Order: sequence, then structure tokens, then C-alpha cells
Amino acid sequence: MHELGIVMNVLEQVDSVAAENRAEKVLKVTMEVGEVSSIVPELFIDAFNWAKKKTAFLQEADLEMIIIEGRTYCQSCGETYKTTDHGKQCPHCGSFETYLLTGDQVVIKDITAVFGEPERSASGTET
Amino acid sequence: MQQVKTILLSKSVFEDNDRAADELRARLREKGVCLVNVMSSPGSGKTTLLVALIRRLAQKYRIGVMEADIDSDVDAVTVARETGCRSVQLHTGGMCHLDAGMTEQGLRELGDGLDLVFLENVGNLVCPAEYDTGATVNIVILSVPEGDDKPLKYPLVFQNSDLVVVSKADALPYFDFDMEKCVKYVRSRNGAAAVIPVSAKTGENMEALENWFIKKLSEV
Repeated sequence: MHELGIVMNVLEQVDSVAAENRAEKVLKVTMEVGEVSSIVPELFIDAFNWAKKKTAFLQEADLEMIIIEGRTYCQSCGETYKTTDHGKQCPHCGSFETYLLTGDQVVIKDITAVFGEPERSASGTET
Repeated sequence: MQQVKTILLSKSVFEDNDRAADELRARLREKGVCLVNVMSSPGSGKTTLLVALIRRLAQKYRIGVMEADIDSDVDAVTVARETGCRSVQLHTGGMCHLDAGMTEQGLRELGDGLDLVFLENVGNLVCPAEYDTGATVNIVILSVPEGDDKPLKYPLVFQNSDLVVVSKADALPYFDFDMEKCVKYVRSRNGAAAVIPVSAKTGENMEALENWFIKKLSEV
């Protein structure tokens, strides 16, 4: 349910970008999703494939997800570490004075779409 | 001839909502309205706590309440009946959170002339933390039966809150809830949040909660 809400948001945004750019249809949406963004990729893809049927331009679109590793920085010792292995506590010095550098993003990176000729003549003279 | 092109967006999914939330917050500040976003798990006693708190604050402030749920209006009806204050029910239509747009719609429905508006968010510790509603103050309610380790399991909601209310404190003798540990876990996520244990049922420590809000309202 959580994933579906975000998917609807993504589809809405991509649909309007497609309309603005006069695309015929969107073939692919590429997203960057952090490991610790609380999105479950499998559920996200399922939700995407279900909800895309309700859009104007994304009926045939594929979703590519690039998973971004969670990295945390320790303010006490200056080291960084893998967030999913150690969480909030620094494995180097034991400090909790840490913050996430990367890995919580949910970003629409790009979309690949088919564009038609702007002024196609009715007599069918296109090459 | 057809062409296939890639359009670069590099846009956070939350960007539009974050902007709308900031704009709403600024408008509320101009109007002198304090909007309090109340987050928690289902069954933490949000509605009971709000009723008890509103009864204490109602003489000082003009209060409104927005109840967000996936369906039904039981909470809005309860709050209106128990406190007499203006309340509206917001339906999220299956969604697990409220966004700034839905919040603003609710505020319009509620009308003008209020000092303090409570937004009872959907009972859920994950999604409401990700969507900024435009609230002036964010609070999370953690009830004793849920356990003292919730701040470790759902860090974002605790990180984004100004206050953690530990509700159902009258049940402390019956549960393995370690208040010291709970405060420590909250601190590890959020050094600035206040932690206030209360019982809406017995009234225990409700005065401290009331005072926290009076102080907060004088600041915002």
C-alpha cells in the first residue's frame, strides 16, 4: 500500500512530463531508489505494472530501478560505513553521532519515450 | 518518422509535495495558525489523547481537528462530540498517508478563525513520516504496549518529530517497557525531541503535555 501511493505519484509526474513534451508513449522510466528509503523494490514494480494501465502514456512502460547503497558517515571518527550492516551505530568507534550520506532517495532519473513527427501530412509523404 | 528520446528528470518523488508543504507552512504562519501533525501506529490512543488534551487547551485557544483515515468518520464524530470543537474527516481513499494538498483541502473545509489545528494522521509509522503535510509541529505518539524499541524500528518518524508522547503510561506496570531505554533510543535518532509519558485515562502528566503545547504555541 505504501509503495502504491508513491507509484501513483511517479506515474502522475511522468504522465504530465510526457504530455508537456508531446510524447506518443513512454517506453521506460528509470528510478534511483535508496536501500534505506523504505521502498520494497518487488512491491514497487508490481504496483507500477498494475497502476500504469490507468495512465495515458505509460501503458507499455517498463520500470528500471537502480538501487543506491546506504552509506552513513560518523562524525566522531570520520569514517563511513554500509548502513544496512550497522544501522545508526558506527562499527569503527561505536558512536551514535552519525548521519546518512546517501541511500534514502526516491528519484525519477529519466524517461525514455517515443516522439512522433510534429506535423505529419495527411497524404502520407513521410519517409 | 518516430524518434526515441530520453528526457533527463533527476527529480525527487517528494519534491512537489515538499514545496507545497513549505508554501502551506508559510501561509499558516501568516495567518497565525499552528498546525500539529499527530502520527502514531493504529491503536496507540491518538483520539483519546487528543480529546483529553483539547479539553485542557480549549479555554485558551480556538481549536479545530482533522481526522485522517482510509475510511469511516468515527474519529471525527468522537472528537466533535467529546470536545465540541470543529472537526472534519479526511478520507485518503486507500492511501496510507496524507500529503500537503490533502491537508490544505481539509483546512479549507475546517474554515478560518482558528489558532490551533490538530491533524490526526493515518495510523502508520512509515508513510506519514515521508510526506510533509505542511505542519508547524510534528509529534509522534508511542503507546506503552507497543514496546520501547519502536524508535529503533521506525527511525524516520521519530527523527522528524518535535515531541514524543508515550501514551498509556498507566499500563507501565504490566508491560516490559523500559522508559529509560525508550528515551535513549529516541535520543539516538533525534537529540532535540522532548519525551513526555502521559496517561489520558488517569490524567497522569497531562499537565506537562498541556504546558509543552502552551510554550510551543507562544514560540510559533
